[in-house]
Amino acid sequence: MGKTLAEKIWAEHIVRSADGEPDLLYIDLHLIHEVTSPQAFDGLRLAGRTVRRPELTIATEDHNVPTLNIDKPIADPVSKLQVDTLRANCAEFGVRIHSLGDKDQGVVHVVGPQLGLTQPGMTIVCGDSHTSTHGAFGALAFGIGTSEVEHVLATQTLPLARPKTMAINVEGTLKAGVTSKDIILAIIAKIGTGGGQGYVIEYRGSAIRALSMESRMTVCNMSIEAGARAGLIAPDQTTFDYIKGKPHAPQDFDAAVAYWSTLYTDSDAQFDVEVNLNADDLEPFVTWGTNPGQGASLSSNVPNPADIADPEARGAAERALVYMGLEAGTPLKKIAIDTVFLGSCTNGRIEDLRAAAEVVRGKKIASTLRMLVVPGSARVRLEAEAEGLDKLFIDAGAEWRNAGCSMCLGMNPDQLAVGERSASTSNRNFEGRQGKGGRTHLVSPLVAAATALRGTLSSPADL
Amino acid sequence: MEKFIKHTGTAVPLRRSNVDTDQIIPAVYLKRVTRSGFEDGLFSAWRNDPQFVLNKAEFKAGTILVAGVDFGTGSSREHAVWALQNYGFKVVISSRFADIFRGNSLKGGLLTVIIDQSDVEALWAAIEANPATSVSVDLETRTVSYNNVVVPFVIDDYTRWRLMEGLDDIGLTVKNADSIASFEKSRTTLKPATLPIRG
Repeated sequence: MGKTLAEKIWAEHIVRSADGEPDLLYIDLHLIHEVTSPQAFDGLRLAGRTVRRPELTIATEDHNVPTLNIDKPIADPVSKLQVDTLRANCAEFGVRIHSLGDKDQGVVHVVGPQLGLTQPGMTIVCGDSHTSTHGAFGALAFGIGTSEVEHVLATQTLPLARPKTMAINVEGTLKAGVTSKDIILAIIAKIGTGGGQGYVIEYRGSAIRALSMESRMTVCNMSIEAGARAGLIAPDQTTFDYIKGKPHAPQDFDAAVAYWSTLYTDSDAQFDVEVNLNADDLEPFVTWGTNPGQGASLSSNVPNPADIADPEARGAAERALVYMGLEAGTPLKKIAIDTVFLGSCTNGRIEDLRAAAEVVRGKKIASTLRMLVVPGSARVRLEAEAEGLDKLFIDAGAEWRNAGCSMCLGMNPDQLAVGERSASTSNRNFEGRQGKGGRTHLVSPLVAAATALRGTLSSPADL
Repeated sequence: MEKFIKHTGTAVPLRRSNVDTDQIIPAVYLKRVTRSGFEDGLFSAWRNDPQFVLNKAEFKAGTILVAGVDFGTGSSREHAVWALQNYGFKVVISSRFADIFRGNSLKGGLLTVIIDQSDVEALWAAIEANPATSVSVDLETRTVSYNNVVVPFVIDDYTRWRLMEGLDDIGLTVKNADSIASFEKSRTTLKPATLPIRG
């Protein structure tokens, strides 16, 4: 029987396999940042260990950095210590780092691909659950905890139990105004936040193949919101074209393409589970609740928990509506928004900024809200400025910020106030995620931009 | 890592599903560079609510958390495990855990036990009826027991052995340094390196 893509990559990275033990898997690229690494470096020092392969490791500062005044010392002393600790650790152990002010600083999952370090067939890990983003290149990429960060630093390997495989087939053609963000939000609503638990997802089908690399990254990014540690897409010409010319693209590009072209699921391979979704029917999709599975088409209403059969899901919906301050039956398009956040590893790349900028071009955002535009990396920011996108946003009344995770996780000063409501292109609508008491609606960049103009959840078609 | 063989204590019923890691510990508490002191951020959004279960006197001394389905979804922050441990929890029981959280917990010696939802419900009912109920979690026999009830649970042999011996994964992997070195020799040169810096 043939192998799935995930099984092929897994098999190529087994350092050691023994009955009754997890496989020891080799890691090709380890991305690190300031929040989940300090305790791991401490562990190395305590045990007298070194970083085994510094040249397969790269660090940047993203989670806990300000997006304003980045040329000045970080104001919060605790945040400053965390960032300084990363810099000191990288200096001590010989790890490449891109710090605030460097053109390759930014959200770790934007930085890897833009440098060409993310390539098909690799194993990629990072102490961040959205490492699944890199799966868009046909890499096996997943988030790890700090103990595992230390393990990879010390050994360049991880002991891992073999995951099951799930195919999600998305066939058809997206309508205008519908994006890959809507695909993944619809998938999560369909299979639930635990639906992918224990699986590696492979996204397949004509609608996936038609997506750009950046749109594919948005899909794979939110695999974790469906419960799957990793999600991937077989590499194709779109992938090869994207990597070509990037700083760390293979020097023998043809040989690399020949290898990458072997990375697909065999026609006789079996997935443990298959799920189908029709792209033709999809509409712009938004969340109404407090987990990413609580979403619906923008044209629908806030659901009535009484209509939900499963008692657990019903209870969760009831609690979510209380927290979100929403009444069942309210049209989603009537929900007024206070803050629009455009950015994050989900939707902070240049295509996302271009799409949103086109919507706001020559218009003004509603006077009732603020809009934060946070490029995924300093390079994305520079590229956007070269194209004049910054001016389009600023002229519309939005704030143009420096790169980082920012309001996606509300760790730096970019946070929602209690009761404040956001339309956010990020990935999590958990209670308090963007600030204590804040309320989050997850949306695509197009919906974010249209919402900014109208003041209520909207798509460009409503303008 | 401390060995885990058996733990007996009282339990805390957390009747919520989808308790994500932002609920366990919000991002603003992740700025420390140590592994300790995270108990102040544990369930921080709920700690001001007098009705929250950890604020009830009868559950203050609990060391076993009994949670709803899909506990630990969301971020990979191991700080969620440290916050639970720093607070005093030794075991978390649920019918389903998120993958990364479960991996982190078992690396760090916080035992996560998966039992059926109906068994979770029965355990909730028992500890709510009598918060002083003594609950034992035995890794040797792979059982949770309280009153006259014994609930078996599944955990793979390897992880069980590692926890019972208190072994750290890195120490075990380092013993295979030769396998790693020989794998590296056969590794394709087509894979990228971060150094030297290009572009």
